[in-house]
Amino acid sequence: MEASSIDVAYIAELAKIELTDEEKSRFTRDLDQVLNYVAQLEKWDTEGVEPMYHPLPVFDALRSDIPGESLSNEDALRNAPMQEDGQFRVPKVVESAH
Amino acid sequence: MEMTDKPSLASLRRLLLEKQVTPVELVEMCAARAEKENPRLNALISWDKERALRAAQQADLSLPLGGLPIAIKDNICIAGEPTRCASRMLDSFVSPYDATAVRRLKAAGAIPFGRANMDEFAMGSSGENSAYGPTLNPADPSHVPGGSSSGSAAVVAAGIFPAALGSDTGGSVRQPASHCGVVGLKPTYGRISRYGLVAFASSLDQIGTMTNSVEDAALLLSVLAGHDPQDSTSSLEPVPDFAAGLRDGVRGLRIGVPKEYMSGGNAPEVADALQRAIRTLEEQGAEITEISLPHAEAAVASYYIIACAEASSNLARYDGIRYGFRDTSATDPDTLFSRSRAEGFGEEVKRRIILGTYVLSGGYYDAYYARAQKARALVAQDFAHAFESGVQLILGPVSPTPAPKIGARDLTPLQIYLADIYTIPANLAGLPAVSVPCPAAPPLPVGVQLLASHFEEPLLLRAAAALESAWS
Repeated sequence: MEASSIDVAYIAELAKIELTDEEKSRFTRDLDQVLNYVAQLEKWDTEGVEPMYHPLPVFDALRSDIPGESLSNEDALRNAPMQEDGQFRVPKVVESAH
Repeated sequence: MEMTDKPSLASLRRLLLEKQVTPVELVEMCAARAEKENPRLNALISWDKERALRAAQQADLSLPLGGLPIAIKDNICIAGEPTRCASRMLDSFVSPYDATAVRRLKAAGAIPFGRANMDEFAMGSSGENSAYGPTLNPADPSHVPGGSSSGSAAVVAAGIFPAALGSDTGGSVRQPASHCGVVGLKPTYGRISRYGLVAFASSLDQIGTMTNSVEDAALLLSVLAGHDPQDSTSSLEPVPDFAAGLRDGVRGLRIGVPKEYMSGGNAPEVADALQRAIRTLEEQGAEITEISLPHAEAAVASYYIIACAEASSNLARYDGIRYGFRDTSATDPDTLFSRSRAEGFGEEVKRRIILGTYVLSGGYYDAYYARAQKARALVAQDFAHAFESGVQLILGPVSPTPAPKIGARDLTPLQIYLADIYTIPANLAGLPAVSVPCPAAPPLPVGVQLLASHFEEPLLLRAAAALESAWS
């Protein structure tokens, strides 16, 4: 893999974090260095190696689908920075139809 | 009664049972120590004395941890108390429920008391990445305590609390334990439920303990371990009494020392601690053999790709709407997300989310993420081969150096990440590991690390206890 310069501005848009120009240039420098380092993974022979997504094989981690205790509407909203009528308040999401 | 400088849970329990001290007096003593020491160390973000006193008044001493105050890292939920992850993002967050680990502590009679400072969202290894200011090392306040469970290690090392819970994603319990001179245990992945531990990297995170003795680590693990229907990755493995057999010694045990861990890159104090551990274990009748972990060098690269990828996904939940910091200037949802996250997250958290988003993004997934998962398998296989070859435990350093000076900001993020080389492999492979303080050259403590096969905590703690007792 080519350790090409990471497009931090684009990635920050995907990650939904507004960055200052100073942060963009600092993160580009820092992360280029990290990506250069991790490029060493190329040197290990991983032919036929199964990727390991989990440290232990977990099988059949299912349980009965019985509703347990849940938070009340009031408790679930207690940490919301803005709420109204028992719901989370958000900025307008859809344009008006007219 | 006067509490000793660094009290153990076991000794305080005896005093409570002998009625030499009451649970209320014990809480008062811990609070007095917090008031005296915290302005100097900044190890606690907050502590609620009144709440702890109410719990102490109802303490049931017949329970295994009856009346014992325990500090909780700020990323483990306590119902009705702030859980801030040392982040501006969660500055006003009050947890609506108990983490399973906290629920189990309470059910065993313990009093969760004190929110331990940490690196923000557990991302860091110095304790300096906290929105509430850095924690200082009790052994020498011009040095860092390590991280990310910085406050958990510092409160136990300073004798403010007899024990603390931390979390360990790449060494965040073991490394600060080593830097502060306490016992830091990271159990096998899945031993302790992660329900209510604020997620950083779900395939690596594990709750662990900070204590002043190996026996205390065993006492806590016996209470904390066990399956939890709320965490599908928690193990169904039977939970033994981890304190039984602690004094059985290491005679006849085969302990491997990886040659890759004996590199010239270790500071003299660290190399010396390792040599002392080898000598002590041999004197106690263990057989020490050199082993090889040929893919040791792949661990750091694999870890930072996986941990950041999982973090970018886990931290997507902080949207400024359901909980957490909200920017009030935004008039559309996208700007609301982007500005809330820009202002709520600190620098290291942003850096890791960006890295994680990048390695998961279109065109780069196979080159980074898929390759890192394969390298992770190679690292885990090295351990499996070592244990198959007949060693029962592995001995190594915890960190290449003792605790660095506060404010060593000339290091690049990569240089900081590379110092996690000895602690990361246990997380990648899901193995239990413990840091035991070595009576090394003062003033800075240095620990050594023991690792065992999955669910072999009894053996791990037995060897740790043998080192501890020979060194005390």
